[in-house]
Amino acid sequence: MSDYNQQMIEQFRGNFLKEVESNVEEGEWVKMCMQCGVCSGSCPFGPHWAHPPQEIFMMIREGEREQVLTSDSMWMCTSCYNCIVRCPRGLPITHIMHGLATYAKRLGLAPKEQPTAKFAQLFWDNLTKTGRVNELKLGLALYFMNGFSEGIKTSLKMKDIGLGMWKTKRLNPMEMVGGHSCKDTKGLQAILAKAQEIEDAKIGRSGA
Amino acid sequence: MSEVIATNQTILVVGGGIAGMTAALEAAECGKQVILVEKNPSVGGRVGQLYKYFPKLCHPKCGLEINLRRMKANRNLRLLTMTEVTAVTGEAGNYQVSLRTQPRYVTENCTACGECARAVEAEFDNEHNFGLGKRKGAYLPYSLAYPMRYVLDPRIIGTDDATRAKEACKYDAIDLDMQPQETQITVGAIIWATGWRPYDAARIQPYGYDRFANVITSVEFERMADPHGPTGGKLLRPSDGKEAKNVAFIQCAGSRDRNHLKHCSRICCMATLKQTTYLRDKYGDDFKASVYYIDIRAIDRIDDFYQKVRADENVSFIKSKVASITEDRETGNPVLNGVDTEGYHRYSNPHDLVVLAIGMEPSVPAGEFPVDVVLNEEGFVQQDEANGAFFAAGCSSDALDVNRAVQNATASALRAIQVVNRVAGTEV
Repeated sequence: MSDYNQQMIEQFRGNFLKEVESNVEEGEWVKMCMQCGVCSGSCPFGPHWAHPPQEIFMMIREGEREQVLTSDSMWMCTSCYNCIVRCPRGLPITHIMHGLATYAKRLGLAPKEQPTAKFAQLFWDNLTKTGRVNELKLGLALYFMNGFSEGIKTSLKMKDIGLGMWKTKRLNPMEMVGGHSCKDTKGLQAILAKAQEIEDAKIGRSGA
Repeated sequence: MSEVIATNQTILVVGGGIAGMTAALEAAECGKQVILVEKNPSVGGRVGQLYKYFPKLCHPKCGLEINLRRMKANRNLRLLTMTEVTAVTGEAGNYQVSLRTQPRYVTENCTACGECARAVEAEFDNEHNFGLGKRKGAYLPYSLAYPMRYVLDPRIIGTDDATRAKEACKYDAIDLDMQPQETQITVGAIIWATGWRPYDAARIQPYGYDRFANVITSVEFERMADPHGPTGGKLLRPSDGKEAKNVAFIQCAGSRDRNHLKHCSRICCMATLKQTTYLRDKYGDDFKASVYYIDIRAIDRIDDFYQKVRADENVSFIKSKVASITEDRETGNPVLNGVDTEGYHRYSNPHDLVVLAIGMEPSVPAGEFPVDVVLNEEGFVQQDEANGAFFAAGCSSDALDVNRAVQNATASALRAIQVVNRVAGTEV
């Protein structure tokens, strides 16, 4: 658990709703939820996640901080926006879910083995190297996400699709070495470093 | 039509529903000259379409009948049916109003014998029953219509049906040459009682009102329950005509929703509670009603009614706004999908019939008023000095039940009386 997490626990002293309102993007909307449940019923993920949005919002009000922040629910959101479209009070539910995911990650509470969270990290690491997504490397990283033998198995299964994409010039095997990049990779990385510095200062994580 | 005589001491009431009738009668019985205009061929409005009132479950026809008697007895009140207001100019105490009267094609000779309806072949959707069932091209709007006179649908004019109707009439009451008539009148005050209409259910896309036959609105259910209604009082599924015994009610269908009507329509909870009693009346113990709700808004004395329905073992309450309706193709059963708030259980419940407790919106949308008027966010007429002597009564002022609409109409009558008294210089 990070210092930042400890700091927030002390600052908000059990008032998790207030913490969400101050720290989570669009978090000030949470108290507007009237618990009608149309979001939960409209979610295409149906029963496949621990806490539907309506329940997450109630848990926030109840102050179930750890349960909310370690939940995999907000990582399951596919951004289909069904909930936003149907919410009778116009809550930006999708955005709140993403805001909660970001906040949980920042606090170091995001579930470690959650596939979408893992993929998001892989995507980010891949993208920030050159400023361009290296699809070949990202794809392979995804195959090997759950271990070496499963990676080999998936790669063999996907081999024909890969070859087909190569033939139609949709995939370049040379991407394995280096790969294409944006014009000013150094400049991009400087921007990201600065952003990280601002973020760290904001959450009081000096020298991280 | 004989000439309408009106002065700036006359009060114009627009809309002949329960609120308009009340306002007109209250003012007329105070000795004021009142002109009541109604767009439809008969007064009675939405109340005339109800089967029973909550919470006493008495019949609205009874209350209407009393008002009709009062109207017949009052010489100060002049009723113009099939008439709309097209323009208003002037100011408080002196308004010039343009009226347009559509031809009824039936004169005062009509005895409501019904021979013309028997002679006419063409049929049209029955507006009184919200399009459930048909009526003839020559028709009486409904059993308690006032004036008790038939009317010819303009769509049969110029056809053989019109000639047949004329020939069938033994009292020479049909005049096929009637033309729309424009009238200019001067009045001192205007009471606007144009009422409400059900929100367009098809716009609530996930509920599939326009896709699934067995998804209907509460106003349609009300007509079905009425013995004079399209099904003779039987609660039948539109898809196959089977009796609906397992009925779901969806609350806040269109109300309290930023995508539809922002306001609470106030009547729908009580309408649903009342309609569960129709099921018990028809089927005894052999029915199931499921009410899907966000919260039940039965206030004041009508809470007792809610508690009574709540105690009925055949009525269950599910705290959940239904997310979507799908249809079981084989049975035609609508299936309600959602998650309930008391335990977050996911459900997919099939029912015989789904009744959307539909919201109430003003009949006249913003931008279609014949005069500048201050409306609130929801399109209801505000009580505002800028409106001069233009006073809303009943559901044109807010979403109200009959009881409150009548109170509100009486208040408007008093406001209008004050204006014409000032004009007459008799204000004390």
